[in-house]
Amino acid sequence: MVEVYLNEKFIGTVDDPFSFVDDVKDLRRKGALSDDINVHIDHATQEVHVFCDEGRARRPLLVVKQGKLILTEKHLQQLRDGELTWIDLVRQGVIEYLDAGEEENALVAYQPQDLTVDHTHMEITPGSISGVASALVPFGNYNQSSRLIIGSKNQKQSLGFYAANFHLRLDMDANILHYPQLPLVKTKIHDITDYEQHPSGQNMVVAVMCYDGYNMEDGVILSKGSVQRGLARSTYFNPVKAEELRYSGGLIDEVSVPDAEVKGFRGEQDYRFLEADGIVSPESQVGEGDVVIGRTSPPRFLSSMDEYNLSTSTRRESSISLKHGEHGIADFVIISENEEGNKLVQVRLREERIPEIGDKFTSRHGQKGVTGILINQADLPFSASGIVPDLIFTPHGVSSRMTVSHLMELIGGKVAALAGRYVDGTLFEAENTDDVRAELLTMGFREDGVENFYDGRTGKRMLAKIYVGNMYYLRLRHMVANKMQSRARGPIQLLTRQPTEGKAKEGGLRLGEMEKDTFIAHGASLLLKERFDSDRVVVPICEKSGLLGYFDARSNKLISPVYGEDSTMSYVEMSYAFKLLLDELLSLGLYPKIELEDKY
Amino acid sequence: MKSEHQSLIESYEGKLPLLVLEEIKEALPASVSKEKVKRILDETLASYTAAKINPGECVGLVSAESIGEPGTQMTLNTFHFAGVSEMNVTTGLPRIIEIFDAQKTIKTPMMEVYFKKEANTIEKVKAFAMELKETHFGDFASSFSLNIFEQTLSVEFNMSLLADHKMNTKDLLKALKFKSKGFTAEATTNSIVFTQKGKPEEIKDLYALKEKVRVTRVKGIKGVKQVLPVKRGEEYVVLTSGTNLNEVLMLPEVDTSRTICNDINEVYAVLGIEAARQSIINEVYKVIEAQGLNIDIRHIMLVADIMCVSGVLKGVTRYGVVSEKASVLARASFETPVRHLINAALEGEVDALTSVVENVMINQPVPLGTGLPGLITKLK
Repeated sequence: MVEVYLNEKFIGTVDDPFSFVDDVKDLRRKGALSDDINVHIDHATQEVHVFCDEGRARRPLLVVKQGKLILTEKHLQQLRDGELTWIDLVRQGVIEYLDAGEEENALVAYQPQDLTVDHTHMEITPGSISGVASALVPFGNYNQSSRLIIGSKNQKQSLGFYAANFHLRLDMDANILHYPQLPLVKTKIHDITDYEQHPSGQNMVVAVMCYDGYNMEDGVILSKGSVQRGLARSTYFNPVKAEELRYSGGLIDEVSVPDAEVKGFRGEQDYRFLEADGIVSPESQVGEGDVVIGRTSPPRFLSSMDEYNLSTSTRRESSISLKHGEHGIADFVIISENEEGNKLVQVRLREERIPEIGDKFTSRHGQKGVTGILINQADLPFSASGIVPDLIFTPHGVSSRMTVSHLMELIGGKVAALAGRYVDGTLFEAENTDDVRAELLTMGFREDGVENFYDGRTGKRMLAKIYVGNMYYLRLRHMVANKMQSRARGPIQLLTRQPTEGKAKEGGLRLGEMEKDTFIAHGASLLLKERFDSDRVVVPICEKSGLLGYFDARSNKLISPVYGEDSTMSYVEMSYAFKLLLDELLSLGLYPKIELEDKY
Repeated sequence: MKSEHQSLIESYEGKLPLLVLEEIKEALPASVSKEKVKRILDETLASYTAAKINPGECVGLVSAESIGEPGTQMTLNTFHFAGVSEMNVTTGLPRIIEIFDAQKTIKTPMMEVYFKKEANTIEKVKAFAMELKETHFGDFASSFSLNIFEQTLSVEFNMSLLADHKMNTKDLLKALKFKSKGFTAEATTNSIVFTQKGKPEEIKDLYALKEKVRVTRVKGIKGVKQVLPVKRGEEYVVLTSGTNLNEVLMLPEVDTSRTICNDINEVYAVLGIEAARQSIINEVYKVIEAQGLNIDIRHIMLVADIMCVSGVLKGVTRYGVVSEKASVLARASFETPVRHLINAALEGEVDALTSVVENVMINQPVPLGTGLPGLITKLK
């Protein structure tokens, strides 16, 4: 006697769990029970579990009986003719969905030739062990699993054609690739997901070689000629927003060109791009600090006097201008209302992004690289037939990462380009690479994919033959233009007087604990002090009490907090952070007494 | 050795360490002129001076960096010798932390027991290993049976196991040091029967007896959980898991000069601070070598010195080495700052600002390297 649970609730017992489970499955396959029902025996606890609740992850499998598929050639023919659909197969019990529990009782074969009497199911395709994103990696089954994961993650960051209505949208950080292409080496998933409707990369001629070391340590070299012809060129869109906020007393922000009387008025020059409505004129080139949306706000604190005098002169300027490092062309203006009914003005900025040194590229195999240099077409190596690579990839990236699929795509792409067809690289079902190589041989190339190359600078033939072919390369959204920053002086934090942190705040690069240690290890004591001078202060200290004093400008005297004028005060240099610590100790009720002595 | 050479070498005492002079003496050829000896000594002195650390060199920080940098690589690749020959030992970063923190209980305490020459045969070592292992009464028993009506507890034994240990039931009873507090015990060839003398209601005492007897040590050394005799070169060594250095060293067969234990605190307690220092160096170096890293042993020596310099073993923690720091600010900058500051205020501590951390905090030149020397001019 075995206990039966429905959705984890005890409902009764059965004498023969095996026939019970088989009966439920049979009824389900016949259609007498809903196909949402799953049943399994938990062998560890000797319980039967029936599930029909929502939220279970289930996957479809082909049903196998006595070592034979229920799916027949007749079914397939009917599918081709459109007489049957997927749901018909499910209803007929040819395909069924298993949940995690029922999967534990099933023995699933990968291929028809593996089937035995013990098997209960077969995969619809062996590739179904992977998700959609990793199935986009061609020849993925030849890779180390970690590289497959990296490869599919990289694809999510690639620039492409993310939405057909992009010119009407106001997405943050949106990128559009100018000339997207369909990959020459594709998988069945590319067809199923309509990849040609939203491709996200370009087929490039890739040579696996070195060139003066500009592609060492995961670098790539781009052909300047190709880039000038539009290779991997993209446009970056970023919106700027302003809202007309409502305040108490019926006061409201106003989007307009601020008057000269407005508090905090910047000057005519700063508003030069604004049209009469206070919004930037489309297609104007704006840069750092330029006002994009002019706006004025009511005064912050209303005193009794001001209530009688609500003229524009008391209004504050609150325009939206471009932050540090931002620039672009005003592309598109939308004036609308938000949920609260406030007027909302949005301006989309557009900027053309031509690949430059520091931009990130990747193949679909987790082989990412950063552009090390752009080389003139004339100086690039060329093949005997005059082919010049668009991108040069380093061979050292392959050996340790073992991305065999990267090398296979290269040769697959070469065949695809020469034969004028797509090469199939579907997971577990890819074209045989031996056949692909044989095809390459028939087209007059070496079957191993290498070719004689000549140095573009000297014209001499290179001693080694170069592995060259076509690969689908993706431009990733990490571009130097968004990240580059430097500072010599700039804003500081109010509390500690140390430089601010982060690019948005024009911050400094922190010389941290470990960096400090390196200075000390070198004995560069005075240099270290200089590096930490960013929050240097010179404060007067009372020699009697050892506390911080202050300078009284009225009497032109230094004042001790304890003894007033009756003390000797000395100026001491320290970091503001330490001065803050002393103050905080005072607030703890501790008395940090500084004992001064002569420096020499 | 000619006496003139002897006196020449002696004149270098104080300039060169005795060990180096001794080495020169031994390596000196039989016939060598005095000038050559002088040259040898001068060359040695020159390279010795060149090898000395300069004043103001911050050796501690260089050591910290030299150990810390390879340490970052260590985290990722900890090797596991899954069941291979020797016993499972903590290695890698966890072990390093264990040693430098001078943790009282370590994860895998171990001993390497060496033997004197006369005791070093495979039979003797095997027998000795058996003697060493802590064995409980219950380990020999094949069954315990309680008779409630007769108020007896009879224990049957695995006789072959007993024979392996060259014991019989009488020995067992003796080793039990059984005190007949309300019980009598009787040994037959393959069993021991305990009989309760008291009233039948006190039957639970019999249960208590059973549980107590089961875990009573009858043989071996306390704490030695597992033994493994292995061959090291020509001789046999017994590796143990679980330690009891004190008692093992008292056994007559054991070579006391080489037998060691990997628990630093135990080494310190049994053999003293100098042994603990050497033990720290050996144990850390063992880990570093096993990881295939290359750290100069002097860096580890420095850390070991710091841990042992007070004469008491101190870990590199806020309770150990760090609490010894003279500066309040330096202590406060390492864990629990408020506590240090408040205690310092209570005691009216004075921070002389003589070390590195404090001077970085107040933005003054650190007294090291270029910040160390000062210039003094004579006023005219």
